[in-house]
Amino acid sequence: MPRIPMTGNEAAAYAMMQINPDVVAAYPITPSTQVVERFSDYVNNGECQTEFVPVESEHSAMSACIGASACGARVMTATAAQGLALMHEMLYIASSMRLPIVTVIASRALNSPLNIHGDHSDTMGSRDSGWLQFYGESVQEFYDHVFIALRAAELSNLPAFVCEDGFILSHTLEPVDVLDKNEVAKYLGERKPLYNLLDTDHPIMAGHLSLPDSYMEHRRKLAEGMMEAPKFIDQAYREFAERFGRKYDWIEVYDPQDAEVAVLIIGSAAGTAKETVDLLAEEGKRAAVIKLLVPRPLPVERLRKALSKFKVVAIMERTDSYKNHGGPMFSEIAAALYHHDTRPILRAYHYGFGGRDIFPEDFMKVFNDLLDMASGKKEIPETMNYVGLKED
Amino acid sequence: MKSWKELEPAPFIPEPCTSRAIKTGDWRTRKPIWHEEKCNHCLFCWLYCPDSAILVKEDKMIGIDYDYCKGCGICSEVCPDKCKAIDIVQEVK
Repeated sequence: MPRIPMTGNEAAAYAMMQINPDVVAAYPITPSTQVVERFSDYVNNGECQTEFVPVESEHSAMSACIGASACGARVMTATAAQGLALMHEMLYIASSMRLPIVTVIASRALNSPLNIHGDHSDTMGSRDSGWLQFYGESVQEFYDHVFIALRAAELSNLPAFVCEDGFILSHTLEPVDVLDKNEVAKYLGERKPLYNLLDTDHPIMAGHLSLPDSYMEHRRKLAEGMMEAPKFIDQAYREFAERFGRKYDWIEVYDPQDAEVAVLIIGSAAGTAKETVDLLAEEGKRAAVIKLLVPRPLPVERLRKALSKFKVVAIMERTDSYKNHGGPMFSEIAAALYHHDTRPILRAYHYGFGGRDIFPEDFMKVFNDLLDMASGKKEIPETMNYVGLKED
Repeated sequence: MKSWKELEPAPFIPEPCTSRAIKTGDWRTRKPIWHEEKCNHCLFCWLYCPDSAILVKEDKMIGIDYDYCKGCGICSEVCPDKCKAIDIVQEVK
């Protein structure tokens, strides 16, 4: 496989060119702009045959994607932050109509104050919209997950976000082992839609009215779709590993020394956390990193299993829920472990809002907190712990 | 109504013209009464009815389809002054 230096955004556009989707409807927004910009070059140069629709807003982008996908097309788009927020209304329509649209997200903070840098406020805000969510730690992992997300989406007939941390990955050049275009086509196969609005031999009406006598049943059906998604995500991961030799899983545990404490983290900062674990090992301290690649659907059983051996775990989030019970992942993971006999003590940490960097020394403080807590030397508040916050 | 297990995976209606099966006339609180002897069959009511609830046979009005008529009263309003062949009354059951 050739190795090409690419930013996260360039890698996403390259992946989309290789996928050659039937329709891409998109509106540019920082930091995902180059995905669409570069992809439109590929279309213009005839390197892919996609119908590219430059629309007037993200709401229109997702609407056009929904229409095309309901006609059986393979459909992709890209956005971030305020753009995703503007799509919010249509996200629920895409998922409940069971349309496997893949949206590339360069995760970015939400206003106000205005900030264009990386954090997870945008996608975490859409966590209950019925979309699958995949997060890459590196440009390579993100690039690979564009294909994995599309395969999982089309198998499960659910839409998917594939996320790169804004600027941290979207604008960082990294050598990427690119896949062979023909092998990509074989991996993805043909989309098999549940229905097709253009099939005039079998006319249907989609997105119809459903009153209190039937709406609840439709929503329960969507929940069932999400419950069935894990087997398709497993299949997408398995087939990817078999065909391309790169093996990923929902959760990656980096625990070189059988530690008692760990941080659970999503996205690019996992790399810095792993680096810190190695630095701590030199001091004779044992710590671990649990990286969550797929928070939607939340892998409850896998999390219970991965977390059960630890004494203290920090759930580290690049977003906030503005409540005294941690961010969205803390609340959910705490709830997932509540009925489990062997569970660690959980502590909620927030970091990196609006693109604030997190360094090994920041992780060092977190790990030392956890180690002190595990050995009974110190008590840490359950929530409201902010890494690198200017406190005084 | 179907249980959630019987539903299609996505909420779609897999056959055309199903709106005919839903009798929307029971929304009505007022009811048009047609007096055949006063009617000159100009078909203004047929033209203006928003629910296609005026029944016509061989270019002549033959009655009102109460399965779909919602009692809006437009038919009575557009009926020419010299005829006034449609009265609106309270729907009483």
